Amino acid sequence: MTTSPLLDATGVAKNYGAVAALRNASLSVLPGEVHALMGANGAGKSTLVKILTGAISANAGRILIRGEARDIRSPAAARRAGLLPVYQEPSLIPDLDVLSNLRLTGTPVEPFRAWVRELGIADLDLRDSARDIPLAVLRVLDLARALAVEPDVLLLDEMTAALPANLAEKVLEVVRRQGDAGRAVIFISHRFVEIAALCDRATVLRDGETVGVVDIVPGVEEEIVELMLGTRIEKAKVAARSVSEKAASAPARPRITVKNLRVGIKLSDVSFDLADGEVAGVVALEGQGQDELFAALAGSIRPSGGTIEVDGQAVKFSHPIDAIRSGIAYVPGDRSEALAMQRSVRENIALPFSAALRNWGPIHMRKERATVQSAIQRLQIDTRAQGEVQRLSGGNQQKVTIARWIAADARTILCFDPTRGIDVGTKQEIYKLLRELAGHGKSVLFYTSELEEVQRVCDRVIVIFGGRLVDIFRVEEADESALMRAAYGLPRGAKADIGILADPQSPSSGTTP
Amino acid sequence: MNHFLRRQGWVSGLFALLIVLFIVTKLIQPGYGSGDFGSLARAVLPYAFAVAAQTVVVIAGGIDLSVAAMMALTSVTAASMMAGASEEYALFVVPFVLAMGFVLGALNGLLIVVTRVPDIVVTLAMLFVLQGAALLVLGAPGGAAAEWLKAMISGTVPIPGLPDAIDAWLPKALLVLIVCLCVIWVPLRRSRLGLSIYAIGSSELAAFRSGVPVARTRIIAYALSGLFAAMGGLALTMSTGIGAPIPGPYLLASVAAVVLGGVALGGGKGGLLGPIVAVFVLRLVRTDLTLLAIDPNVTAIIEGLIMVAVVMFGAFITMRGRQ
Amino acid sequence: MSTSAITPVPLGRRLKRFMADRPLVPLIILLVILVVILQILRPGIVNERWIANTIKFAIPLAILAGCQTMTMLTGGIDLSVGTVATMSAFIMATQIVSQDPAVAFLLAMMPAVLIGLVNGIGVGVFRVHPLIMTLGTSLIGTGCLQVYQRTVIASGAKIPDFLAWLGTGVTYGFPNALLLFVPLAALIVFTLARTGFGRLLYAVGDNERATRLSGVQYWQVITALYVTSSMLAGITGLLYIGLIKAPSLSLAEPLVLPSVAAAVIGGTSIFGGRGGYTGTIIGALILTVLTTLLTILQMPEGARRILFGLIVLFVTAAYLRIVEER
Repeated sequence: MTTSPLLDATGVAKNYGAVAALRNASLSVLPGEVHALMGANGAGKSTLVKILTGAISANAGRILIRGEARDIRSPAAARRAGLLPVYQEPSLIPDLDVLSNLRLTGTPVEPFRAWVRELGIADLDLRDSARDIPLAVLRVLDLARALAVEPDVLLLDEMTAALPANLAEKVLEVVRRQGDAGRAVIFISHRFVEIAALCDRATVLRDGETVGVVDIVPGVEEEIVELMLGTRIEKAKVAARSVSEKAASAPARPRITVKNLRVGIKLSDVSFDLADGEVAGVVALEGQGQDELFAALAGSIRPSGGTIEVDGQAVKFSHPIDAIRSGIAYVPGDRSEALAMQRSVRENIALPFSAALRNWGPIHMRKERATVQSAIQRLQIDTRAQGEVQRLSGGNQQKVTIARWIAADARTILCFDPTRGIDVGTKQEIYKLLRELAGHGKSVLFYTSELEEVQRVCDRVIVIFGGRLVDIFRVEEADESALMRAAYGLPRGAKADIGILADPQSPSSGTTP
Repeated sequence: MNHFLRRQGWVSGLFALLIVLFIVTKLIQPGYGSGDFGSLARAVLPYAFAVAAQTVVVIAGGIDLSVAAMMALTSVTAASMMAGASEEYALFVVPFVLAMGFVLGALNGLLIVVTRVPDIVVTLAMLFVLQGAALLVLGAPGGAAAEWLKAMISGTVPIPGLPDAIDAWLPKALLVLIVCLCVIWVPLRRSRLGLSIYAIGSSELAAFRSGVPVARTRIIAYALSGLFAAMGGLALTMSTGIGAPIPGPYLLASVAAVVLGGVALGGGKGGLLGPIVAVFVLRLVRTDLTLLAIDPNVTAIIEGLIMVAVVMFGAFITMRGRQ
Repeated sequence: MSTSAITPVPLGRRLKRFMADRPLVPLIILLVILVVILQILRPGIVNERWIANTIKFAIPLAILAGCQTMTMLTGGIDLSVGTVATMSAFIMATQIVSQDPAVAFLLAMMPAVLIGLVNGIGVGVFRVHPLIMTLGTSLIGTGCLQVYQRTVIASGAKIPDFLAWLGTGVTYGFPNALLLFVPLAALIVFTLARTGFGRLLYAVGDNERATRLSGVQYWQVITALYVTSSMLAGITGLLYIGLIKAPSLSLAEPLVLPSVAAAVIGGTSIFGGRGGYTGTIIGALILTVLTTLLTILQMPEGARRILFGLIVLFVTAAYLRIVEER
């Protein structure tokens, strides 16, 4: 390595009170490289990113940029030093239009426009309020805004999460070219596919410490996982479930029947069944109506047409309580939507118990403790920081949101992308849990943005495209390429090559009935 | 785009309401003329500044409970300084009082930023402090105001070439209001600082990540609020000729007009025009009720009902919009 | 992650952490310091009578601060408590002249329930900001009270003996008002800690969306909360008229802002989700002692208010510092 690093951080430490979020992290990024930053949840990735981008200041450590020691005290200072982040949550000001947002950050408009086009968003009105722009597009705008000022080091935090495949491809392509242009990109992702395709090296964090820097070569995944977890983990074997086993447990009457469900213009004419003891997967690109489907089933929004039947009875939900009374519980993808962050694990799990008016009276504390404890044990929630849920790691928070409905003994659980942004170990536990639930006769509707999860968890897969249900697969048929094809709205059997890196602009050419 | 239309729609609706109210007033009292309009403008003046003060901080995502107390303090300071002093001395008093408002407002912001105590609590504490200070400056209503200051808001603006009939509808008070607000607001709204104020109100985290100096912007927003409140205090002294240490009903009125003016409590949305029009609407309703010879106490009830109804309706509309 | 627990912790940090784990301790220390200062300034003032007197005056404030605590837990505030208390007191004092005490009591509590209901519906159903909603209803209430006053101006007013006994009486050195306050306070503490309703107040204030997804109907919680708050304010009004013995149209109004201050000093977060009633009670005591202190120092009214404001600010800031160490 003859070139000197663009960014060189060593011995970075950060304490929150008594808890050390980072103990001894280092990260060295060379010009022209795409550098992955990896680590299980709670390893300190986000803390390191926040320190590098001036969002918080470190307790110790040294940050050199182009060999010069810099004290990055604020995002503005990081910007001046040539470090620009794109965070997981969009950072455009919701109530300002895009143009004002650019002006606010001093971003030149023309390069921004060019990048936006490059990233595959053709029709952007700069006068639109950021609030009215869909999340996926906002993230891309964030990226374009960062690219427009030509930063030396670009930090991308889970950049492709929540992006539809076509946008994700564009983004990956642009990121790769950044590396070629002699700049550097720090790329944080849970997806090995992307990292393998994109990155040159990876820095792995564990428990707030840098435990290794590896070159990305084929087969390095095992090594990285090992570094992340500190122990060798058996690669989870795809659990193939026999058809006969399922047929035996399938009851005569479905648990939930959805008929011709319609929600505004987002969802139309969706019909399917969900049986007891079944995990039905939902696969869709971003924003194809799956959010509305889940919200309608959970009673959060009212469908504009069609019927939902529970145990053969037509139901109308006007509030989540109605769905819960029918035994349907909703676990949202965003944990901050489901948890009272300042309250304890116990109160969070017990929350549904107090919901109904008749349960507003005195709480039977001993009984509640027992119920909550058994749910905690069942999910193996790490309760060291149980006083406040906000102090738990993301994976444990997600477990709490599920534990709540296990404790409440819900018969049907709607899980919306429950594994988004959580570490590998917890993901495995959640897969196992969902299967167990089905084994106990519960039914689960499971939306996932990661196709490989389908094989691990589901019995059947529903594919939604453009607000319509386009296909239902049995799990044996649901290999990733078939699902991907269906998610793009292509009929089965078509031989178009729609891989992750294919050009999304021409899928229609492959359509042959 | 939608949002933009909605906001403009709200303000135009308010304008329409104002015109309807003028027509109603004219129907109740056929003699309602330019003179009455002049006194309306004078009565509106302190309210309008109070509302402007509140609007700036509300857009920045805060609230300022100390607006009325700040007006009382600046008013008594101005009145006691001018008591027995020469007319020219007032030329010094005015900038001094405005600067005082600006600094005390900045102090509000500084305390919020430094102590990280919620804005409601800080400005509540400042309400006590400023009220106390006002009482120390003047134990009872008193003091005086320079004649030229008083003259500044009475009478009309003579514009050469304009017939008197139109001239008469341009009270000086209205002109003072428009000039004072425009001099500060128009350049601000277009500046990066103005954008920053909207940004921290809309989403503090996003603003911080966009490199907006959140703390400094917040302090400036409160300082501007203090400046507007000081203008309100001066307006009080100018119209009454004295200073009163006990704050008037400006806090509640300012919040009501801000809400009625289409500025979301919570920040990031709205402008200054809406709340100012809203003040006129609220004052005119009061005028009409008085003209109808309704018991002032009943008037207070009706005013309260209107305010609550407006706020409920506004909340209902936003709720519908969200669904 | 918490390996730093092994490293020795400096004394200052340890002290702070101790205080953070027991937020009541710094409050009690402050209260004691104030009493000690009082004793130094006026040796001998702190005696049995003074204590009874202080508690007597602290109780109405503490109950109103209880209203603020509960509403603040949900992220709200109830500024109509002063008006409600005044209305109840005034109606009681005027109706007792011609009516049976029970009827007068019911009449006195009626506006409380009504205003609470309107507040609750406004905040819970229409989603009006609580600050605005309660300010508005308090404005309406005051107007109504003024109109009402005209209709009863001829019949006069009197303070029921029972309320006077409850408000001012002292038995064996204990103020009679404790007979009302102790069960009431116990009930509030119990409600917040051990009932479903209390849990919901915290949860709603922390994350309303989460409670909705858990099946909580926001409007039910909020309406029940504001009605409860208003009724507590009404009861306070009855107690307060027994203490002050002079019905007026702004009887309990001066208690409103101190009630907010007491809850804040007591450690309840104005943004919701965090806090409790025991802290609030001590907060009310602190404010009452402070008022005595300032009176004794013969401060001019203006200086007293300034100091009062500064102390509210300082205590809140100091409290925040300690809690943030957690």
